[in-house]
Amino acid sequence: MRVLVAMSGGVDSSVAAALLRAAGHEVVGATMKLWGGASDSGCCSVADVADARRVADRLEIAHHTFDFTESFTERVVDRYVAEHRAGRTPNPCVECNRHLKFDKLLGRALRLGFDAVATGHHARVVRAGDGRARLYRGRDAAKDQSYVLAVLGPEQLARTLLPVGEHTKAEVRALAKRLGLPTADKPESQEVCFIARRGTDAGRAAFLGARFALHPGRVLDAASGAALGRVPAVELVTVGQRRGLGVAAAPGARRYALAVDVERKEVLVGDEAALSTDFFALEHLRSTGEPLRVGMAVLAQTSAHGRCHPGVLAEGGVVLDAPARRVAPGQLVALYRGDQVLGSATAGAWPGHG
Amino acid sequence: MSAPLAGGVGAYLDNAATTPLRPEALEAMLPFLGPEFANPSAAHGPGRRARRALDDARDALGAALGCLAGEIVFTSGGTEADNLAISGVHESVGGEIVVSAVEHPAVLRPAEARGARVAPVDARGVVDLDALADLLGPGVRLVSVMAANSEVGVVQPVREVVALVRERAPAALVHCDAVQAFAWLDVAGLCAGCDLVSVSAHKFGGPKGVGALAVRASASGALAPLIRGGHQERGLRPGTENVAGIVAAGVAAALTVEQREATVARVGALRDRLVDGLLAAVPGSAEAAPRALRVAGSAHLGFADLDGEELAFLLDGAGVCASVGTACASGARTPSHVLLAMGWSPAAARGTVRFSLGWATRPDEVDHTLAVAPPLVGRLRAASTPA
Repeated sequence: MRVLVAMSGGVDSSVAAALLRAAGHEVVGATMKLWGGASDSGCCSVADVADARRVADRLEIAHHTFDFTESFTERVVDRYVAEHRAGRTPNPCVECNRHLKFDKLLGRALRLGFDAVATGHHARVVRAGDGRARLYRGRDAAKDQSYVLAVLGPEQLARTLLPVGEHTKAEVRALAKRLGLPTADKPESQEVCFIARRGTDAGRAAFLGARFALHPGRVLDAASGAALGRVPAVELVTVGQRRGLGVAAAPGARRYALAVDVERKEVLVGDEAALSTDFFALEHLRSTGEPLRVGMAVLAQTSAHGRCHPGVLAEGGVVLDAPARRVAPGQLVALYRGDQVLGSATAGAWPGHG
Repeated sequence: MSAPLAGGVGAYLDNAATTPLRPEALEAMLPFLGPEFANPSAAHGPGRRARRALDDARDALGAALGCLAGEIVFTSGGTEADNLAISGVHESVGGEIVVSAVEHPAVLRPAEARGARVAPVDARGVVDLDALADLLGPGVRLVSVMAANSEVGVVQPVREVVALVRERAPAALVHCDAVQAFAWLDVAGLCAGCDLVSVSAHKFGGPKGVGALAVRASASGALAPLIRGGHQERGLRPGTENVAGIVAAGVAAALTVEQREATVARVGALRDRLVDGLLAAVPGSAEAAPRALRVAGSAHLGFADLDGEELAFLLDGAGVCASVGTACASGARTPSHVLLAMGWSPAAARGTVRFSLGWATRPDEVDHTLAVAPPLVGRLRAASTPA
């Protein structure tokens, strides 16, 4: 096959390219320039592109850099900002996979005569005798990234190769070392690549605060309506959050954010029991190719490395077998059967909380 | 003619990026990479031989640019020559800077860093003289307008710019970036009124790493060096000279001038055949700028409903070297600031591919491109249409 490998400059996509090359495919590497100026550090930095290029040189495959900054800004960053502004909790990595890697890049790959796109995700695409491609968790449970690919549809999966999903991260690093790839010891990439000081609340506040006005808000007890405190920015509060709510945390009386109302600039809080639910409200149900029917048993996973909640698919959501913490509206909920990804949906608002 | 490129390339049409080294230039530089390695500042015999070779090259560049040999400052390339002109003048005399919107980044960036004002261009890519006039005044000390554009090849009205500056901004020096023009135009004549002129050797069959800034008497004393050190290049460009490169640049410059008329006629005809052939074979294609305004090697085409980056990728696979947009540090291609300044939308600018011919371009390279490009465009368009 002719395969275009999305090479981020990290160890996983480097090894993905190496594995495909070793398997005899005709491999070309591509790095997507998604964000930042020429000298920008962080995501898509010149150093990352250089790493990808050097890996490609070592593997003796061609390497290209594609400028997708406009699409990334529009489909991922603008949307990330809009979701926060609406008091929801977006998944930019999921949107990037959906709109950049498996739409923009895949579309280009097909136009350029490639048969498939490959990435370094730890997940598996299994092709059965019926010719259909099914998405499964990666072999390394601790590194599994199938959650962020759960938005892919059957047509996209049919054109997708995920070669590192058959290996553990340790094997991937060992292979990279054995091949002498310059990325073998590169640290893991972080979440939300386009935010400087990534992973910190301060970085997120600075990024969003530069794009719209953040509003201070009142923290109210959901049951009594009593004012308990204030937060500096309601748009930065995520449902389920406990810290940073300006509420004194008495032991045994912990308070969690239950809902965010950006219109009224209010955060409703309650105890652990109030956060608990036996129903995940879901919107935009998408299938990876498996039929999703009301009444079928599923496992619902609400974050990239979170635990799975068994339940039954119902109209508008999943009825859980056992109570679980609510999911922040906007978050992706991936639906599994065993290790297979059946599809995904977006967590909706709950009844009574706009 | 040069040897074909390595790697099975069927058509090298990226001469605006760089040209093959002329064999005569290669031959001339080799002794200075070998036995003639002495420092031209040395007083001994080998040093004097190196000095003589350097002076011969300086004579050649002076003649080619229509100035005195002593007015030539050799640099590490076009970018340094442009930076020396912009930053060197501003450092020395201060004042306001005015540049055109389609200058090369080697002019734009240092000018912007010093607060330059930018004169717009019209839809053809020609600097708007009325708008330029409005930006001129007694406080302006430097105006920089290029001779020919690096992306669309459009020739600027340099003489008119000079006349306008003399009238409206008598205190200003005029710099002309002739890096892309020198292979095609009589720069000595076109830039006769300019105070500072930049060229780069690898754009006309010389080696990479050599450029020159002509500093006419009118600008003498109004220029500070970018780096400080010894006496070389009148102190304006200290550091031991790149003797081999400069020698080759001198040979390439002399050959370029000597053959220019014939090259323009021969390559211009090849360019016309390439462009007319592509326009006829590819529906929805158009020239990015009027041909009559462009240097003979420039062929910049826009294709409707197409991503130039994708076409260039397929052309590369078919052995045709062409170029898209502006390269950024990551190697990605961003929409050309030149096309945006000409009023193109970013989407339309993305649908362009630059073919640039040069002194070594052969007829079979045009044949090959005409044979492979139209089917590739058709294939891309077919793949873009949902089945």
